[in-house]
Order: sequence, then C-alpha cells, then structure tokens
Amino acid sequence: MAKEAVIPFKGTAQQEEQLMNVIAEHKGQDGALIPVLHKAQEIYGYLPIEVQTMIADGLDVPLAEVYGVVTFYTQFSLNPKGEYKIGVCLGTACYVKGSGDILEKIKEIIGVDVDGCTPDGKFSLEATRCIGACGLAPVFTINEDVYGRITADDVAGILAKYQD
Amino acid sequence: MSLYRSHVLICGGTGCTSSGGAKLIDEFEAQLKANGLENEVKVVKTGCFGLCALGPVVVVYPEGAFYSRVEKEDVAEIVTEHLLKGRIVKRLVYDETIAENDDTIKSLNEVDFYKKQMRVALRNCGVINPENIEEYIAFDGYKALATVLTEMTPQDVIQVIKDSNLRGRGGGGFPTGLKWDFASKSVNEQKYVCCNADEGDPGAFMDRSILEGDPHSVLEAMAIAGYAIGANQGYIYIRAEYPIAVERLEIAIKQAKEYGLLGDDIFGTGFSFDIGLRLGAGAFVCGEETALMTSIEGHRGEPRPRPPFPAVKGLWGKPTILNNVETYANIPVIINKGAEWFNTIGTEKSKGTKVFALGGKINNTGLVEIPMGTTLREIVEEIGGGVPNGKKFKAAQTGGPSGGCIPASLIDTPIDYDSLISIGSMMGSGGLIVMDEDNCMVDIAKFFLEFTVDESCGKCTPCRIGTKRLLEILDRITKGNGTLEDLDRLELLCYSIKNASLCGLGQTAPNPVLSTLRYFRDEYVAHVVDKKCPAGVCKELTNYVILEDKCKGCSACARKCPVGAISGEIKSPFTIDINKCIKCGACVETCKFNAIVKK
Repeated sequence: MAKEAVIPFKGTAQQEEQLMNVIAEHKGQDGALIPVLHKAQEIYGYLPIEVQTMIADGLDVPLAEVYGVVTFYTQFSLNPKGEYKIGVCLGTACYVKGSGDILEKIKEIIGVDVDGCTPDGKFSLEATRCIGACGLAPVFTINEDVYGRITADDVAGILAKYQD
Repeated sequence: MSLYRSHVLICGGTGCTSSGGAKLIDEFEAQLKANGLENEVKVVKTGCFGLCALGPVVVVYPEGAFYSRVEKEDVAEIVTEHLLKGRIVKRLVYDETIAENDDTIKSLNEVDFYKKQMRVALRNCGVINPENIEEYIAFDGYKALATVLTEMTPQDVIQVIKDSNLRGRGGGGFPTGLKWDFASKSVNEQKYVCCNADEGDPGAFMDRSILEGDPHSVLEAMAIAGYAIGANQGYIYIRAEYPIAVERLEIAIKQAKEYGLLGDDIFGTGFSFDIGLRLGAGAFVCGEETALMTSIEGHRGEPRPRPPFPAVKGLWGKPTILNNVETYANIPVIINKGAEWFNTIGTEKSKGTKVFALGGKINNTGLVEIPMGTTLREIVEEIGGGVPNGKKFKAAQTGGPSGGCIPASLIDTPIDYDSLISIGSMMGSGGLIVMDEDNCMVDIAKFFLEFTVDESCGKCTPCRIGTKRLLEILDRITKGNGTLEDLDRLELLCYSIKNASLCGLGQTAPNPVLSTLRYFRDEYVAHVVDKKCPAGVCKELTNYVILEDKCKGCSACARKCPVGAISGEIKSPFTIDINKCIKCGACVETCKFNAIVKK
C-alpha cells in the first residue's frame, strides 16, 4: 500500500495557466483526453483529484471517465513521486538475472513498498516494465541515472549517494 | 558537402545510452576539436548495432574498428592514437574482431555474432544517422514510396505484399497482404493506417531499436500502406517509456513533411498522407488491436469482440489496418527488391527474417536478425555465444507472457511461426530469454502470471478471475503447499481461460503454465511431492546446509547471520538451525570456502 499521509495539493497559479493552455489546445479534438493527461502529469508530476477535476471541466467529459482512464494506465499516478524516483526493472531479462532480490533490498533500505514514497518525500519506488536496457541486466534507475549489472550488495552504496 | 576521411559511429540506442554512450558524443567532438580534426572526422549518432552486451559501442570507419565498452576516459586515446596516428587501439577493440597472428582487424560480418545474421528490417540500424533524412534517402529511402505512387496501382501494391508472403511480425503471424486487401475492399471515405509500437513484452526491444535507428522506414511503409488501402491518415501508437524513439519519430515526421514526403500531394501525385503520434500510457493489453484503437480514441484500453474486424470497423468506426513496427520495416525493401527476392529467404510457410531481442543468461545480449528457419541452437550457441559461467542451457522463452518455454531437448527446432506453435510456444514479437539450470520453471510461470494478472484489463471474467486463480495455485506450489491434484486443476483451468477469453491476452495467458507443465512436469512434481525446488529458487523449499568436509570452522558465517541461526565450535564444522534460518543467503556470500550450499 502507498503511504497513509496524503500530501496536500499544492498547485500554483502558473501551473494552472499551463494546464489551461494545454486544454485549450486539445479541446474538441478526437481522443484528446490521454494526451492532455500526459501533459498534465508533466506539469504537476502526478494527477491528484484537483487536477482531474480541472481536466474534466475543461474538456467537458465526466470526471468518472477521467478517473477511469487515469487508474487504467500505469503511467498515470495518483500519488506524488519522490525527489528521487527509483525504478527497478522487472522485465524478464532482468528478472532471470536477479532483479527481484534488488527490489527486496531497496524496499528494506528505504522502508517503503512498491508505489510508495518515503515520508520526507525523498525517495519513491516503482517496479517498472522492461526499460530496454537488457544488455545491462539487472537494471534499476534513479531519476535519469541508470545502474546496470549490479547485485543486491551494491544497492546500499548506490542509494547512499542520494541520501546526502 | 564536405568530405570526411573518417567517420566515428556512436550507438545512440537505449542500451548504449544507458551504459554511458550519451557522454561519448560530446567527448569525441571536444577531443577532435582539440586535435584540429573536426573537419576531417565526422561523428555520427546511429541506431542500435545489436551487441548491447558490449555497450557503449563505437565504430570507426573506413577501418571498421569495433570499439566496445568505451569509457569517456578512453576517447582521448582513440582520437590521438587511431584518428590522428592511424593506430587502432587494440586494447578497446572487441576481441573477436582481432585477427590472429597479424595486426589487421576482421570485418564484423566474420564475427560469430553477425555471421549468421541477415539484416533486412534492421538494415539501416547502426548504419545511418536516424535524425537525418538525407542519410536515409542515400540508402534508397523513400524510393519505394516513389515507385508505388508513380508506377503502381493500389491493387499492384497489395499483390506484391501478398506475393511476398510477409506475415505480421507482432506475434500472430497473419498474412499482411491479406489484411491490406480486406481494408482496401471496405468502402468508406475515411480509412486509417495504424502502427503498433506499444512493445509491451517484458524483455523485448526490437521495435524500439528500429524506431530509434531507422524511423523513416516505418513512416515510408505507412504511407505505402495508406496508398494501398486508400487512407490519408496514420497513427503510431508508441509507449511513453521510449523517450528516445518518440523524439526521433517526431524529428523524422517533421523532416519528411519538410521534404514533401509526407503531407499534401506527395511527389505531385495528388496522394496525401499524414502521420500523428499517440503515446501509450503503460497498459500491456493495448498491444491487442481493438484495445489499442480504443486507447487512441482516448478511453480505457479495453478490447472489444471481433468481428467486426478493424479492416471493416476500426478506429472511430472506420476501416483500419494495424501492423507492427517490424512488419512495416520490411515493406520498403520488399517493394524495392521484389516479392520473389523475399521468398528466397526463410522456410516454406514463414518467409523473410525475424528480429529477436536476445536476453537473460546469454553471453551476447542484444538484438539479432536471422532468416526464418535458423535453429534455436544456432541462435543460442553461435550468435549468442552460449550460456555464461559454464552453466547448462535449460530453456529458452519466446513470446513473452503469451508464449512458452522451449526445453534443451528441442534446441534444434527451426524458428518459424508454425514450428514454434507446434511445440507449445509462439513467435511473439521477438523476445527470446535464455535460462540456465539456476532458473526454476515454476517460478518463471509464476512470474509471467503475476504479469498477466496485473495487466488483465478486467473486462472479461475468464481472464480477470481465471488468471488470478492460476497464480494462487502456482503460489501455493512454490511455497510447498501444492498437491498433485493442483497440477490437474492448473491444466483444466488453463484450457478454460484459453477457450473463453475475449482477446489475445487472456487466450494466451496460460501458455507459460502449459508449456512448463508439458516440458518440466518433473520440476512441478518435485515442488509438490518432495517439497523441493531443484533450482534452489523458491525460498520456502530451500534450505541452507553447511558441508562438513568443506567447513573450516572459521565462524565467519555465524558472525554474519542476522538471526543467530548458525552455531558451532571454532575449527570444527558449524551447523545451521533451519528453524531459525530466514534464508537470506548472507552466510553463502560470507563463506570463503564455498562450504554452504542450498539444498
């Protein structure tokens, strides 16, 4: 389960203006909802109910439909992400090379489950599908940094670099 | 255009970029400038060379020197030694390419990894700069589109594709020409051409490599398809997880429009065709054709029953064809070289080549393209360079969560659509994962079922509930609580799900279970009857034991054990209390004498 404490929505007027521009650009087009959600997530980092409501009103689609689409696709997130997003690849190539052990190790060290975020907002953890770097299996990523050909023993040292 | 005496090709595929390739381009340019070579040597960012295991890869022409695992610190040496003084830096060259006894280097085509390959769909990957349309044009790019628009009728085009016997490369193997024919016969003012680039199989990256390395070949083929069926709009549905591919497609579409190769009145023939990108959002089921179209329409990507087939009623209710990236990549070559040429490659019922993403327990991880009919043995032992660390080949998995495992006893099976189906697997989109003796087949089946349970869209009951029940039984077996009746129950449930599910996801979801049950039943029985996991993967069924004859009694393991489960007297063999042991494996890593084993 994701962590209990819900981080209150802190959208700025500037973000809202950006979102309104995106909505205006797509309004009336066929199949506009998913491209708008992608852009909205770029702007806010996640898609809380406040953002979904603005999109539903803006595009004139029911909020239930927006929520239905958001929860259907794994790319869209209802929860905020940490400053450092950790993604452990659980594609087959990584899995047969032991990425399951790496995931367990990370969970143990940062103390959150998959899809969770540490209370200080520092780390969030995701189990990702194949990121296509199978030559480096097993692989995990922290934001843009890719760590490949690692073992569970390397994890603590790598995470320490981000802990300040 | 200025002439360069040397070209430095740097792989810009995801594999090499992840292993540090992106930094190399800037470094090469800086070093060349520092040595005054910027007007003599050109740096080109290309698509995937295929040998991802050796990334980042840099190839220097005209010599064809293949530098592997190049670090930023190595760049200065390559520039000053090789590019300035003409001495190849052997230390960094892929050792297979160094000729014995003399100083020359072998051509890549002589290396085991490339020798048996035949690059049709990947023809331009690692050869051209994918962000420059002129390089694609220089390699006969858009020539097929010109031929089609100026010399052929739509019916001619369909006939050529039919005669080529090209079958869909996304997994199903449906004849491409037939699909186009159906769509061309549907009468409607508006039709669509779609490209499935939602490569969702875990461990597969063929389509991504084509889009990253040669995006124009897909655009050209879609325009050809548009002309053949009478459509003027195309959509590419691509995973948002592939940022490099998305960026290159955006660049390619923009350039093609600037050159008049997409857009209105192409080649002055009156034919217009435009292509839009739609980003997927991480749903495996969207690889299914009707689900993909529902997703482009902006809804939850749930499939719908067929018929009506998309060729009659597809995107927004209009006739639509949907082909996979690799299928499209074959089209321009078939038009240029003819159906007859294509028929000379492959087996009787599977023509042409197939790209595989080779991964798992194999030395040469990477992207390979082989003529249909190549045996699994050739792929694993020759191209792939065998299984690392002297371990034994146990099985190969093809087709991802929809496919099955091919055991070592069938390693001489020729790879084509029909022989793979006959042994209970399938071609799939091209993931090929090699497993060795350390992989537990029950665990692998469970892994794939976890995936399908996660990805089942929930629309139809057999898939939504059936896969969940399958997973529960598998989970029970891996924890040592299974019974022999469970194995029969598994099988029965598998067939019910296959027969009753709405779409391809559910219909194929039981395949990993069925194929492992068929070829590795003894392993299931070991879990159920002996309560043992022969590969030592399933934790609940594995015990750690100290070998008396190897233990020196140093107590290192006892000090490392987090739960104090190991005890003994110094200088005599220690023992593990299995009731206390949490099976973390810390003791195995600590022991210097390899005295602790899993049993």
